[in-house]
Amino acid sequence: MATAPVVDTPPAALAETPVTHPKKGILSYWRLYAAISPFYLLFLAFGLIPVGFSLYLSFHRWDGLGTMEFAGLSQYRYLLSDTQFWTSIGNTLIIWALATFPMIFLAMVTAVMLNSAVRFKNLYRFAYFLPNVTSIVAVAIIFGSVFSTNFGLANALLQAVGLDQVAWLNTPWGIKVAIAVLMTWQWTGYNAIIFLAGLQTIPGELYEAARMDGAGPVQTFFRITLPLMRPVLLFVLIISTVTGLQTFSEPQVLLQTTDNNSSFAGGPGHSGQTMVLYFFQQTFDNNDFGYGAAVAWGIFLVVIIFSIINWRLVQRRGED
Amino acid sequence: MAILKGSSASMKGAGHTSTIKGSRRRGIALHLSLIIGLLLSVFPFYWAVIMSTHSSTEIFSYPPKLLPGSHFLENVRNLFDNVDFFGSMFNSLLVACSVTVLVLFFDSLAAFVFAKFQFPGRRVLFALMMVIFMVPAQLQAIPQFVIMAKLGWIGSMTALIVPAAANAFGIFWMRQYMKSAIHDELIDASKLDGAGFLRQYWHVALPVVRPGLAFLGIFTFMGQWNDYAWPLIALTNPDNVTLQVALSQLNGVHGTTDYGMVMTGALLALVPLLIVFAIGAKQIIADLGKGAIR
Repeated sequence: MATAPVVDTPPAALAETPVTHPKKGILSYWRLYAAISPFYLLFLAFGLIPVGFSLYLSFHRWDGLGTMEFAGLSQYRYLLSDTQFWTSIGNTLIIWALATFPMIFLAMVTAVMLNSAVRFKNLYRFAYFLPNVTSIVAVAIIFGSVFSTNFGLANALLQAVGLDQVAWLNTPWGIKVAIAVLMTWQWTGYNAIIFLAGLQTIPGELYEAARMDGAGPVQTFFRITLPLMRPVLLFVLIISTVTGLQTFSEPQVLLQTTDNNSSFAGGPGHSGQTMVLYFFQQTFDNNDFGYGAAVAWGIFLVVIIFSIINWRLVQRRGED
Repeated sequence: MAILKGSSASMKGAGHTSTIKGSRRRGIALHLSLIIGLLLSVFPFYWAVIMSTHSSTEIFSYPPKLLPGSHFLENVRNLFDNVDFFGSMFNSLLVACSVTVLVLFFDSLAAFVFAKFQFPGRRVLFALMMVIFMVPAQLQAIPQFVIMAKLGWIGSMTALIVPAAANAFGIFWMRQYMKSAIHDELIDASKLDGAGFLRQYWHVALPVVRPGLAFLGIFTFMGQWNDYAWPLIALTNPDNVTLQVALSQLNGVHGTTDYGMVMTGALLALVPLLIVFAIGAKQIIADLGKGAIR
C-alpha cells in the first residue's frame, strides 16, 4: 500500500529553532545523531547501495551466480526493441486507465454523498474503507472465483440476464477488466475518504452564496466543489498513478495458474502482464539480473513520465 | 473532528428552502445510494464466507449458492492438511509485530530529534530522507536480494524484518505530529528536572503523541501483514513462508482448485487484520484524510 499521506512542510517550520545549543562541538550532538542513525544505516544498506548497484547491474550481464560481464548500453538497446516490454507497458496503462477513471468518479460521488449524509456516517466510512485494508492475495482469490469462467458469479449474472458468458481470465480484455474491477473495488473507498476530508475544508458560506445566486447542485459542484478540490484531486491522481503503474500482486495472484513455466507471465498472450510482472519474470524466473535491472529503470522512467503528465493535466485545467 | 461537524451542518442548512417532504425524499435517496455502495464494498467478503461453507461440487453447480452451506469445518480440515496454516500465520505475526515495534521506536526517536532539536546537518539529513521516500521499490529489489543472499538471510524472517525496521514515511509523519503536539515548555521543564535526552523522549514526548503512534503502528502492522511481493522472492523455502505467500501457493499449486478450501484460507487470513482494523478504524480513517489535505 503506497498510502503515504503527503504533508507540506511550511518553510517557517524549518527555520524555527526550538531547542538550541549554539557554539558547541559537533561531538556534543552524538545522542541526536545516534537517534536518527538507524534509518540512515538501513537506508545505506538496503536503499542507497541497492539503487547504485542496480544502475551498475543494468550495464552488465549477470545470472546472479556466475561472473558479471560488462555489456555497455546493450541491455537498454534491447529494452527499446523488446516487444514484450512494450506490451507490458500497454497492458499497465490500459489496466490503470480502466481502474483509475471509474474509481475517481465513483470516489468523488461517494464523497459528496457522504458529506451530505448526517446519520450513519461512521458506519459508511468503516464499510467503504474495508476493501482497502484487506490483503490483496485474499482479494485476488475471491475475485478469481467471481470471474471464473464456468461457475463464476460474474458469468452467472450475465447468464441470468440472457447474455453470453465471457472467459474472463482467458481473453485479453477480460483479464484487464477483471484486474481493473478488482482495483476499483479496493481503492474507491480509500479515495472517497480522502476526497471527503477535502470537501470538509470547503467553507459552508461558499455553498450558501451559490444557493443565493440560484445555482443548482450540478452547477455548485462544477463551479465550487471541483475547483477547490483540485489539490486533493491531484494528490489522488498522483498516488494512483504511482501505485497503479506498479501493479503486481493483483495480476500475479489472479493469473499465476495460467502458465506452468512462469507465475509472472500474466495470463494467455501475456495480456495481463504488467511492467512489474515482466520485471519479476525477467529477473527471478529467467535469472537475468542485468536485464532485470534495466527493466526496473525503464519502469521508473515510465512512472515518472506519467506522473508528470498527470500533474500537468490537472494543473493546466486549473489555470484556464 | 470539529471541521466534520461544521460542514455537515451547513449541507443540512442548504436544503431548507425546499419543502421538508422534498428534503426527506432526497435524504432517503441519498441513503439508498450509500447503502448500495456499502453492499458493493462488503459483498466480496460475504461471497468468501459463502464459498468457505460449501464443498467444491456445490460451488461448481449452477445457479451459484448465495446462502451458507455446511462444509466449513471440512474445508478448514482440508486447509490445515494442505498448508501449515498456523506456522505461516506465526511467521506473519512475527514479522508484522517485530517490524511494528521497531518502526515505532526508531521512527519516533528520529522524529523527536528532527522535530525538537537543532544540530549541524539537520536540514540536509532531513531533505535526504524526503528524497529516499520517492525511490521506487523495483530498483532496490534485485540488489536487496543479492545483499540478503550474501548475508545468508534469504529464506529467513530477518530478510523481511531488518530492511523494514525504519522508514521515511513514519519519521516524517511523527515529526509533523510532534512539532505541533509537544510544547517546548514541556521539554524545558523536564530539562530543569535534570532529564537527559532519552528521558525526555520516553517520559515527555511519547506519552503526548500516543494517537500518532497508534496510527503509525496500525498502519505498519497492516502493511506488513499484507505484504506479498518481497516475501514471495525473499522466502525461497516453501516450508517457511508468510501467510500471504502460503495462500497464493495454495491457490496456484492445485490445477483444479478446491475453491472452498482456498476461500476458507483467504478468510481466516483476514481475521487478525480485521481485528486490528476494527480497533484502529476511527484513527486510521480520520488521520488518513488529514494527511492528504494538509
